[in-house]
Amino acid sequence: MTSVPDPSQKHQRREHGLMLALVSPALLVILALIVLPVGWLAWQSIYHDGFTLENYRRVFTEDIYWRSFALTFEISLVVTGIALLLGYPVAYLANSVPKGWSILILSLVVLPFWTSVLVRAYAWLALLQRTGVINQLLRYLEVTSEPLALVHNTFGTVVATVHILLPFMVLPLYATMQKIPSDLMQAGASLGASPSLTFVRVFLPLSLPGVLAGCTMVFVLCLGFYITPELLGGGRTVMVSMLVSRNVELYNQFGAASAVAVVLLLSVLAIFFVVSRFISLDRILGQK
Amino acid sequence: MTRLSPARIALYVISALVLIYLILPVLIIAPISFSSARFLTFPPPSFSLRWYQQYFSNAAWMQATRVTLTVALLTVLIATPLGVSAAYAISQSKLRIMRLIHMMLLLPLVVPIIITAVGIFFLYAKIGLVATLPGLVLANVMLGLPYVIISVLAGLQSFDPAQEMVARSLGMNRLRSFFAVTLPQIKSSVVAGGIFAFISAMDETIVALFISGGQYQPLTKRMFTALRDEIDPTIAAISTLMTAASFVLVLLASARQKKGG
Repeated sequence: MTSVPDPSQKHQRREHGLMLALVSPALLVILALIVLPVGWLAWQSIYHDGFTLENYRRVFTEDIYWRSFALTFEISLVVTGIALLLGYPVAYLANSVPKGWSILILSLVVLPFWTSVLVRAYAWLALLQRTGVINQLLRYLEVTSEPLALVHNTFGTVVATVHILLPFMVLPLYATMQKIPSDLMQAGASLGASPSLTFVRVFLPLSLPGVLAGCTMVFVLCLGFYITPELLGGGRTVMVSMLVSRNVELYNQFGAASAVAVVLLLSVLAIFFVVSRFISLDRILGQK
Repeated sequence: MTRLSPARIALYVISALVLIYLILPVLIIAPISFSSARFLTFPPPSFSLRWYQQYFSNAAWMQATRVTLTVALLTVLIATPLGVSAAYAISQSKLRIMRLIHMMLLLPLVVPIIITAVGIFFLYAKIGLVATLPGLVLANVMLGLPYVIISVLAGLQSFDPAQEMVARSLGMNRLRSFFAVTLPQIKSSVVAGGIFAFISAMDETIVALFISGGQYQPLTKRMFTALRDEIDPTIAAISTLMTAASFVLVLLASARQKKGG
């Protein structure tokens, strides 16, 4: 009954040790290259020759910071809304057609996903600029006489950003819709409901977890967008990420850059935390 | 299902337009890259390979291409074994802390990349890794790990660990049973994970903008700088090649994944 070492317990301890040893190299890389640097950022934002909240005071009171945060949230909201409006029908169609067609539709959705963001920024510049494809086409068709300003402004940023983030909306939507049993729709129909009523009362509510997952992913990714607004925004659409990089590269304001980065990160984590109370994080992240 | 109500027709039309919006920008670059015009003109006046020649004969672009390929290859060689061993441990271990570790390993997907980039820049500045090849590779290993882990975990889900137990009860040691029994069955998802890590390293831009420099600048960094100044069709040629490479790799990866495992 006393302390004779239990062989199975010893075995289990060895097993635990082995598993931790196997996971530790990857964990070490993550700790060294993301946890430590981001922790350092946070430290730098409150410590400079002594403890200070000056950086945060600036972020929360100075006009340029406020405006940038407000603009970033505004753009993210607009982009998320548009992505939902465009993505829902596509996911719905992919879910309601025979398998071969749905594979084709999903492949078309995922195809641009695997194209470099930089390449797509270039493509949108080629399409939207003053001498770009669309403006030339419009003039050729004599719809317009003057080239339209489609890029180097917020419009161009939004068009290209939605393009990049749309797959993150469609995939979770499709995954959720696929799990909705089609019997339910048939039941609705057999009880005399019109297709549109069954859609609104049965299908739509059941697809809401997918809507939430897709919107979260698109919104959060958009908050941190850098390349697209930098190349297509024309310098006037200063999103938070550009604020971070300018403070580092142009002004050498490391403390301010860190404070902005921390506020951005906390916003993202807060969103994930709130959403994770409703749906599991795996469901949001599993799509990437 | 196939009854064509007005709502159904609207659904088809809207979806078709959205799909065109998704695909068109990806396809538009290739014709531009084969155009002879110095500036963007549509339709292209005539066919030419001059932008490809421009790219292949430019020492700076070639150096950047070598850096990109070297970094991507080294990233795969390091990230794949690390990711496989981590995924194996996560799927096998019953330790409660493993869930937390799993979440931490997916952090690169959660933290906005601009924050990661600036953080790594500060770290590298302290330890002298800015503008070095090891610095670039290390950062890309970190960013590629989640892709390997997600892919291999998916593969391990359909694998029955009892098989490995059988091999071990027949006298194989742990390592041998892993290589003889487990690995062959999850090989496809390991290869797929490696390919995703390669693409991720090839396309990575933002971290490279901050930490690369001198002779160790990948293609994406040079492209970004070039795009800020002017729209040179040489970039269309590079973009077309990069896109083609990505697609071939993705096709390989998904063919692998479909084979099971």
